[in-house]
Amino acid sequence: MSFLTSLVNGLSLGSIYAIIALGYTMVYGIAKMLNFAHGDFIMVGSYIIFICVSTAGLPPAVGILLAIILCTLLGIGTEKVAYKPLRHAKSNLAVLITAIGVSYLLENLALLIFGADTKSFTNVVTWPGLTLFGGQLRIQGVTIVTILVSLAILIVLQLFINHTKNGQAMLAVAQDQGAATLMGIDVNKTISLTFAIGSGLAAIAGALLCSAYPSLTPYTGAMPGIKAFVAAVLGGIGSIPGAMIGGLVLGIVEILSKTYISSQLSDAIVFGILVVVLLVKPTGLLGKVTQEKV
Amino acid sequence: MALLEVKNLSVYYGVIQALKGISFHVDKGEIVALIGANGAGKTTTLHTISGLLHPKTGEILYHDRDITKMPGSQIVKMGMAQVPEGRRVFADMTVEQNLRLGAYTRKDSSKTAETLENIYKRFPRLKERVRQPAGTLSGGEQQMLAMGRALMSEPDIILMDEPSMGLSPILVNEVMDIIKAVHEEGTTVLLVEQNARKALSIADRAYVMETGTITMEGRAKDLLNDESIRKAYLGE
Repeated sequence: MSFLTSLVNGLSLGSIYAIIALGYTMVYGIAKMLNFAHGDFIMVGSYIIFICVSTAGLPPAVGILLAIILCTLLGIGTEKVAYKPLRHAKSNLAVLITAIGVSYLLENLALLIFGADTKSFTNVVTWPGLTLFGGQLRIQGVTIVTILVSLAILIVLQLFINHTKNGQAMLAVAQDQGAATLMGIDVNKTISLTFAIGSGLAAIAGALLCSAYPSLTPYTGAMPGIKAFVAAVLGGIGSIPGAMIGGLVLGIVEILSKTYISSQLSDAIVFGILVVVLLVKPTGLLGKVTQEKV
Repeated sequence: MALLEVKNLSVYYGVIQALKGISFHVDKGEIVALIGANGAGKTTTLHTISGLLHPKTGEILYHDRDITKMPGSQIVKMGMAQVPEGRRVFADMTVEQNLRLGAYTRKDSSKTAETLENIYKRFPRLKERVRQPAGTLSGGEQQMLAMGRALMSEPDIILMDEPSMGLSPILVNEVMDIIKAVHEEGTTVLLVEQNARKALSIADRAYVMETGTITMEGRAKDLLNDESIRKAYLGE
């Protein structure tokens, strides 16, 4: 039973990585940049929920909604102020370094405002969960909710992308910005929308992450952010199903390594898998080699 | 009355001047060809008209409105479409998704559906491949798709950039026939071609470009018989 428990926990952690990885992969696919501040949006969202629920005593649903709205605005604003002016810079490194700068800015602002001490986050999922097999297998409510939420996000996102005009515009911009413009698509608006969705998802990931692991510091988003980036690369960066699969694989491997091998080594194993996958398939699990037809 | 008028257009790539103050116009209902060798600035001209590039000096008037500084996506809304060089279809998306993107600026979905049916009538091979990713089509089929996609917006003017590039002689003729048919149905055409003979044979008027300037202009028929054109562009 301990294997099953680990698997379910891995699935849940992996779902959180997947939600974060979706933001990474969409922004990369459409705006062609790695937003290394993405992980810190999780932290910002979590602090907003913390203030709403623990300090102001509002219902968790209100806190989560507010966090989604504010993170969405933060994402759009960051792109406009910090990334857009560099979109046509000579070197791609310019925007990458700016993203790292934004990451440090957000972490240090949080440090300034909230201090370095760990805040204990209130679980936003009040449901205690399930007990199966006569008490042998217990699954926490937050674990189940996390898996269901990420599944719902994936389905809604796929429907949005394949069946709405804005979603199709995102696919078009991802493939060819010039040709998309010739269709009458506003590339700037489409990129803003992508940042909005990615950042909103980061807020949801923050709520789930801090409910499962209830300690909040200004660096809470950093490590999950990097792991989600690894998940996105593992699945094939730019691919939405890839981000989902990459996230799940990473979460399951991490929890199983912690349970059966060593909790100190688990991160090394996670990153080791990335190295192996990239050696065998450099484009990631679902990544494609692009070919041009003449 | 000119539908599209370009006045004294200069475009730079960094310090390199790609267009050196060119002027030309396209009247409503015409097919105007822009011919010239590689690197003459033909594609740059089309990109600038469509708002993908912005000129340093000069003016572009379309429907008597100054569109020089207008974003490309807005220009499409004014009834201008482009079939870009190299086709640039959205390879991962299906044929139908590509066509629907062509109608991105249109609001009326029942009229859009009607246009889609007309496009399938004109390009029956696209209809056979509606669910197929555009990247799996042959070069000729991709060219048809790029043309169909541009027509989905029901443009007043269509800019075509080297539609015959890389196609077999039979397909080139097919493409030229389609351009003629589109024109006969009332769409104005600005055709950029390296295949000067084909372009001049269907155009009303033509301009000859050489290294960022227009060196000659006239009726297509006259240019076809012009000694210097025959030598330089028709290989005689």
